[in-house]
Amino acid sequence: MNVQRETSMTLQKQLLSDHYDALARAPEEGRKVVYTFVPGNLNELVRSFDLLPLLPEINALQSGMRKLSGGYITEAEKHGHSEDVCTYVKCDIGMSLRGNIGPTGKPLPKPDLLLLSYTGCFTFMKWFELLREQYDCPVAMLHVPYQADGRIDPHQRDYIVQQLRTEVIPKLEQVSGRAYDEDRLREMLRRSARAEDDLSWVLQSAKNVPSPIDAYFGGVYYIGPIFSAFRGTDDAVRYYAALRAEVEERIAAGAGPVTPDGPMKNERYRLVVEGPPNWTSFRDFWRMFYEEEAVVVASTYTKVGGLYDTGFRHDPDSPLETLADYCLGCYTNLSLPARVDLLTRYVREYRADGLLINSVKSCNSFSVGQLLMLREVESRTGVPGAFIESDLVDPRYFSAANIKNRIESYLQMLDQKRAIA
Amino acid sequence: MTLQQLVETARALYDDIDLDCVRRWKDAAPGRKAIGHMPVYVPRELIHAAGMLPVGVVGGGDRLEIIRGDALFQSYICRIPRSTIELAVSGRLDVLDGMLFPSICDVIRNLSGMWQLLFPGRYVRYIDVPQNFDARVGGAFWRLELERLRADFAALAGREITDDDLRHSIAVYNENRAAIRDLYRERSRRPWIFPLSEAFLFLRAGNVLPPEEHTALLREYLRAAPLDANRREQDHSRVILAGMFCEQPPHGLLVTLERAGCDVVDDDLLIGLRWITRDVDIEGDPLAALVDAYLHASASSASRYAPDGDRARWLLDSYAGNHAEGVVFCAPSFCDPALLDQPMLVAGLDRQGVPHTEFKYSEDTGQFAVIREQAGTFSDSIRLWSAT
Repeated sequence: MNVQRETSMTLQKQLLSDHYDALARAPEEGRKVVYTFVPGNLNELVRSFDLLPLLPEINALQSGMRKLSGGYITEAEKHGHSEDVCTYVKCDIGMSLRGNIGPTGKPLPKPDLLLLSYTGCFTFMKWFELLREQYDCPVAMLHVPYQADGRIDPHQRDYIVQQLRTEVIPKLEQVSGRAYDEDRLREMLRRSARAEDDLSWVLQSAKNVPSPIDAYFGGVYYIGPIFSAFRGTDDAVRYYAALRAEVEERIAAGAGPVTPDGPMKNERYRLVVEGPPNWTSFRDFWRMFYEEEAVVVASTYTKVGGLYDTGFRHDPDSPLETLADYCLGCYTNLSLPARVDLLTRYVREYRADGLLINSVKSCNSFSVGQLLMLREVESRTGVPGAFIESDLVDPRYFSAANIKNRIESYLQMLDQKRAIA
Repeated sequence: MTLQQLVETARALYDDIDLDCVRRWKDAAPGRKAIGHMPVYVPRELIHAAGMLPVGVVGGGDRLEIIRGDALFQSYICRIPRSTIELAVSGRLDVLDGMLFPSICDVIRNLSGMWQLLFPGRYVRYIDVPQNFDARVGGAFWRLELERLRADFAALAGREITDDDLRHSIAVYNENRAAIRDLYRERSRRPWIFPLSEAFLFLRAGNVLPPEEHTALLREYLRAAPLDANRREQDHSRVILAGMFCEQPPHGLLVTLERAGCDVVDDDLLIGLRWITRDVDIEGDPLAALVDAYLHASASSASRYAPDGDRARWLLDSYAGNHAEGVVFCAPSFCDPALLDQPMLVAGLDRQGVPHTEFKYSEDTGQFAVIREQAGTFSDSIRLWSAT
């Protein structure tokens, strides 16, 4: 089948492939590797020490997309990991039990440091405790407090900055053998801000009618570089500039997003989507939307590694404080009322017809409270909501027929609402 | 009171999901307030120092039919948030003047947000305990959190909380924790005198009684139980229960384990009530004392980061210190902290050759036959084939 791809999609795929190659070569080249997480990732800081970041969540979702995750999860469960817990964790552990060959078929290096950025997800703490047992390597714990009150308190920021100074940076220095170079960090943060400007512009381009992008299915490709190993690099600046140019062209042409089956010709439904996508049946899931001419104009998953549409940019003038604010602002670190406010804003600003929640079994951080959030957003905006359930990377928890049925019924309901209006 | 009367008192408090006892406490004097809190740890001393009653909320157990609570949760979420919401929407928690949600997992964390959405205008506070244990860093952060709580509770209570108030409350809770430690020590020494299924009722009373009354009740129980000549040592296996620190098991499950031949000599049930493992200093700056106690004298539990990497240490220490013969892992279904922790604890036990078994439960588990078989087989296997 001839799968259509945007140029930027090919570009980001190459970036990730090159990164996995670099990781595979790391042991022989003597490069040190830091495992960390997407929410709260301190890529600029890690890279400023010439360390290579590796994100187990990215490995897991890539394994899901390549249909490898099911076997890895089964392996982990055979080794005593509960069927009830996060499948990203089990996929990662199962992959390591089977030889730690990464999603591109190349071996993944062991960590020299686990940077436990404890941001927006309880499971992160247990995940890296498990990996610490497995690899017997040092851990740097960065506890990012929860934005329970819908705002960043100065003492929360101070706490993170102090941890960076006393825990994270000393361990990065120890592992890398290099001293902390704040000028180098600032330079990277400058590049981050430029990339963030372009990413934010791209995501907000969906306010156009028709939207030139799909902000969920297409969006997960767009966030790939900035949420993985490239924020702060020239590669990210170039990628996001190219992506922006591509989207500008589509707006000028009045064109819709590019789907695997070609450009969307007609935009019939505009949806906001909350929750991570399913990775094991990603293309099938996407097809359920574009076949019905439904485009996602805003999503919350594309904010899981950083929220930029409320104006935040990494600030090179306050390097450690800005890293703290970045961590605090990641989507799953926001309170439920703040998430409801954001979703309500998205529905209004992006002129959405509805809100669809894809609730994933693995992720309590996202999922707990989503039924109430749905009710709240419906009440505030008047748009109807839909609720479907699947999982991140466990193929046993994606029922295509069930999900397709629900989506179709939902879209029919939107049609009826229009007819009445 | 006789032992039977004491047990009936404790049982009545356990069954009181309407919190009538809290209502009676409030009605006994004008202006009284009560603050609810979820598991695991909250600094109850601060609430008490404001003249308010800390009330532990651990869901509705097996005595509450959930009607509306289920509508807000997917099937793969544990039961405690559902029954807690049910308690609230059915008006049973109206007696509380505020609700605290300590950082234990994402379910409880997000439940705090649901509370804000469902009950706007009510006092809700998420408590982010530090996972950094450096006094200058995590300690400084925790101190500021405690100062905020102090200010909040003072505002709620309509009065200042002085350092003397706080020192007095710390002393009261020191006595309470000492009584609980004594109960655990005696249970370990003579589990047939203080069976878990009974002791649990007394422990649980600490969720709803003023600490002074709870301490008195515990002391009476410690005095009265040994006087019952019918309590005889049985040929049971000595086991530790691990995983029950948040969503509590139904009482029948504990009875079942004992009937299956297990003497539970240690556990992590309601560990928040004895989270601080020694006396908190009552001299000097009381907030500094609470900070120091949290950083250096907290119990080990799945929701607390282990900087030294030795997750199984507490369990192995308990196993040795209590002369246990095995460990029973019992986690609530879908409990991320317990279930993610378990492989590390199991690995630690396996390295030392400690026998263990596991099962899952929910707070409303009603059928115990399978658990009885499994626990009974485990207990038998220890007695028949253990090297010790």
